[in-house]
Amino acid sequence: MLDYDFMRNAFAAATIVALLSGAVGYFLVLRGQTFAGHALSHVGFTGATGASLVGIAPLWGLTLMTVAAGIGMGFVGERLAQRDVAIGMVLALSLGLGLLFLHFYTAAATQAAALLFGNVLAIDATTVWTLFALGLLCLAALAAISRPLLFASLQPELAEAKGVSLRFYAVAFLAIVAVATAECTTIVGVLLVFTLMVGPAAAAQRLVRGVLGGLCVAAALALAEAWFGLTLAFYTDWPTSFWITALSGAVYIVSLRIS
Amino acid sequence: MPSTARSRNSRVSAIRLDDVSLALGGRVILDGVSLDIAACEFVGVLGPNGAGKTTLFRAVLGLVPPSRGSVEVLGAPARRGNPDIGYMPQSRAALAQQRLRGWDYVATILNGHRPGLPLPGRAGRAEIDRALDIVGARALAQRPLNELSGGERQRLLLAQALVGRPRLLLLDEPLINLDPNHQDTVVALARAIQVDLGITVLFSAHELNPLLPAIDRVLYLGHGKAALGTVDEVITGPVLSRLYGSEIDVVRLGDRIFVMSGGHDVQRDDHRHEDHPHHHPAAED
Repeated sequence: MLDYDFMRNAFAAATIVALLSGAVGYFLVLRGQTFAGHALSHVGFTGATGASLVGIAPLWGLTLMTVAAGIGMGFVGERLAQRDVAIGMVLALSLGLGLLFLHFYTAAATQAAALLFGNVLAIDATTVWTLFALGLLCLAALAAISRPLLFASLQPELAEAKGVSLRFYAVAFLAIVAVATAECTTIVGVLLVFTLMVGPAAAAQRLVRGVLGGLCVAAALALAEAWFGLTLAFYTDWPTSFWITALSGAVYIVSLRIS
Repeated sequence: MPSTARSRNSRVSAIRLDDVSLALGGRVILDGVSLDIAACEFVGVLGPNGAGKTTLFRAVLGLVPPSRGSVEVLGAPARRGNPDIGYMPQSRAALAQQRLRGWDYVATILNGHRPGLPLPGRAGRAEIDRALDIVGARALAQRPLNELSGGERQRLLLAQALVGRPRLLLLDEPLINLDPNHQDTVVALARAIQVDLGITVLFSAHELNPLLPAIDRVLYLGHGKAALGTVDEVITGPVLSRLYGSEIDVVRLGDRIFVMSGGHDVQRDDHRHEDHPHHHPAAED
């Protein structure tokens, strides 16, 4: 299986993205912002299709748009009551815009399918390096803010009193989520970002009581799901994203059962 | 009424408000209030909903700058991030669903304002265990939050407020949604901590009666005004009528005190009509 270049690239990309998604997802679930992650991926769809339209690599359009949207969400996100509706509107609007861009961009069908459902087997070595650099940057940033982020997520009033800027960490975190979402999209696509970001983290929080343990288990589960998904896809010739989704769902259901 | 702690240290002030006005979103919460709370006092903070109990705490924490006057805490102007203040915010409903271990939850306060990884280190662990021991929750803290009762979670929050050895403790409605038995336990615990550690405690509540065995003085807020004094000085018809802006009768029944307006117990009414800007968890325990 690993004799093929495209499989080696796929495994490398999946490894980077899974580790990042697991760790970022842990905080996303802890903060109850999973819907925000989902919406960010849809915004990314607009960015990616828009980028192809003007002739830039979709990954950069994707990343740029998700980061801009993530920072924007972080700034307005304090009005909790409006959040669901606002995010839902952004989500629908960006998919619609993405569709319009695709309409103008002629090579639509395969491009759209790849963006919506991911195409990990088509990743080249250059993209792997880009993912690696972005992933490392995100993990470093997440590690740097993890302590105040955890405090602000679990005890916001107290954190504020102790001098933590809730807004700064909300914005910084969503910027990290945005990059992670963009990376994740390359593996499982816009519609299935939940599967690597939320599934493993939610299962980990059911299984593990400690923070660091939970973080590690979330990353490990995401990694295992991505690797097994790729392996199963290679031998069955079914889509990788399907297998990763199936594994992620199965792991979550098992975690519900045993905890 | 216990007042030994107060007389011993009455020269130092823990909190001093000088002609302070506080406004929140254009609404005046406190209007020209001056008061002085001595070190080592246990003060019950009372008042109708929206009277500004939480806002007063936030001003002491340096989170709400006064629109007029000055707020002094332990001899220095109020400032955000003051390590001498321990704060227990109102408990959040979401906490009851949290599956994290209690110990890890309490430990999030360790260096929580500094960037870095959430690794407590040996000194940090010892500090968390010390705070948990004070409230007798060392064993409790090994369980996940969602398996604890409301009273047990309050204990952990109290321990969290004690991390870093604060000299002033602000407890915001620790009795909310606790049954009377648990209420008495929490009040007694807070009083014991205040006496043992020789610190100042402000304890806000809806109802006066659970606090009566513990408090040195009472701070009653209402209509932008405040009255600070012993229970006998403050809980009187004329003083409370001024704070509520309507005719108030104070009725004593044995060792319990009822604050009545036109035949209604106003403190109980407050409890039922939750229009407080802050969230309250669903009934637990």
